[in-house]
Amino acid sequence: MHRFVAARLLQAVAIVFLVGTLTFLLLRLAPGDPLTGTSSSILVPRSVVEQQRRAFGLDRPILEQYGRYLANLARGDFGYSYREHRPAWQAIRDRIPNTLLLAAAALVVTFGLGIAIGVIQSLRAGSRVDDLLSLASLTVYSTPVFWLGIVLLLVFGETLRWLPVAGATDPVVYDQLPLLGRAWDRLRHLVLPALTLGAIGAAATARFQRAAMLDVIRQDFIRTARAKGLAQRAVVMRHALRNALLPVITLFGLAFPLLLGGTVLVETVFAWPGMGKLTIDAIHGRDYFVVTGAAVLAAVMVVIGNLLADILYRVLDPRTREAA
Amino acid sequence: MRRSLGLVWRDRRARVGLALVALFAILAALASVLASHDPTTQLDLVSKQFQPPSLAHPFGTDFYSRDLLSRVLHGARISLGIAVLSVTVSIVLGTAVGLAAGLAGGLADQVLMRGVDSALALPRLFLVLVVVALWEDVGVVGLVLILGLTSWFDTSRIVRAEVLSIKHRQFVAAARAVGIGLRGIVVRHLLPNIAGPIIVMATLGIGQMILLEAGLSYLGVGVRPPTPSWGQIIADGQQVLRTAPWVAVFPGLAIVVTVLAFSLLGDGLRRALDPRAR
Repeated sequence: MHRFVAARLLQAVAIVFLVGTLTFLLLRLAPGDPLTGTSSSILVPRSVVEQQRRAFGLDRPILEQYGRYLANLARGDFGYSYREHRPAWQAIRDRIPNTLLLAAAALVVTFGLGIAIGVIQSLRAGSRVDDLLSLASLTVYSTPVFWLGIVLLLVFGETLRWLPVAGATDPVVYDQLPLLGRAWDRLRHLVLPALTLGAIGAAATARFQRAAMLDVIRQDFIRTARAKGLAQRAVVMRHALRNALLPVITLFGLAFPLLLGGTVLVETVFAWPGMGKLTIDAIHGRDYFVVTGAAVLAAVMVVIGNLLADILYRVLDPRTREAA
Repeated sequence: MRRSLGLVWRDRRARVGLALVALFAILAALASVLASHDPTTQLDLVSKQFQPPSLAHPFGTDFYSRDLLSRVLHGARISLGIAVLSVTVSIVLGTAVGLAAGLAGGLADQVLMRGVDSALALPRLFLVLVVVALWEDVGVVGLVLILGLTSWFDTSRIVRAEVLSIKHRQFVAAARAVGIGLRGIVVRHLLPNIAGPIIVMATLGIGQMILLEAGLSYLGVGVRPPTPSWGQIIADGQQVLRTAPWVAVFPGLAIVVTVLAFSLLGDGLRRALDPRAR
């Protein structure tokens, strides 16, 4: 197990290194450099631009720049945010908790709802209910996540006025609220974005869980469990579901990149102050290092998610431990 | 192959998917004939702004008094066109890399697949965003290339796996034994045998690509106004959600139905072409 984790960690570091290289290449291949926005302005004298270029090391040989870029990345130095006039890492760091909160809530929706629907479908495989739920999850899976958000916002925010339409907290009263009131306010703001972001994943999970359950239910040990007279409920919960959850755990790793990509869209719809919104604002404001920094950080999160899924999988399924 | 197509046709869901895909393809192709108005013409800013759906304007009009149905029809041409072209790029590239890695083996295979792994680790939307952010306005051709060049990774993995599973089979060895060259083996023996999964991937890929392009255009980094694309019309619509909800609703419905059609068709093709899925 230790050797496995060590090998996987090494692989993860290699992947992050490759991602860093990729973003560096993209930065270099792009027309102009991070100072193009400044240098094309007639208000900034050329001497100042040249000085900045030297200060940022943009006049050095490319290999040296590459080495420095990687070394800086390793130290968590993503460059400088021209919009916020502070290191890009600080700008990103402030937004991480909001994105993690949203992603965690969405994960709960994805797996809670997805697994429940998948189990219900598998128990009634071939029935009308099964067909309808299959079509429903396929439809949700075909829905653009940002549009789903807009529709939910239109129904529950604008029309019914049950839930707030934007932000992570109430901009006016939040600071005056008692602790419990704050938690309630955060929860109310979280519902729609989390539901939106989680729904697409839930649809995918349901399809996967249904297939996994049907696979397991055909196997001998289920027949044995039935034969020894266990109730249907016990067969499903204790024998079938436990085994059918294994393949779904690999989805956990796959869900991560999708989820982080989704946060960009969902945070934009709901003006949620997270990493995704920051990235989009940075793109429109030509704040390069925030964009690349967020991309590298997103990759790191994905790699960590995959690593966790792998380890979890081996902890839960003894069969996979031998094959290392 | 013909037998497989028969299977697709007998599958009710796949049939619905195929019919819808054909319908949308026709609508997109004939957009300029079918649309009652020019998608960018402002009809009458004073009296025709925010008209709700009516006989004259079945989908209503937007902030600039433009006919929304005409915009959605032209949007179909843009969105479908971009999706089909970029999936073509990604399938060709992914198949080429997968074939190369699978056939070469050894170090080349290792290097290629590690590269693919790390590219897969980067969330696709972020990857595209970085590229689009750095290149600014790339135009439709640029967008097709960016989308195509950043989405072939899955394809290459699957093609490689398929190649590995059949390259040591006897019919390949036999072909080699009678002196057929590498090109002949790839074209006449490998490709026909892996065509099934590739067709399925392409079909499902178009649906996913429509979603990705819509997302980018919604974020304001995809297709630029005034060229109408579905995602961008939705972005316009969100600005006026309270006064004119139809602006955001109709293009969204168009996306859902189109992507659903490709999913139904793709699933049907998978059931027909992949014996293991039956």
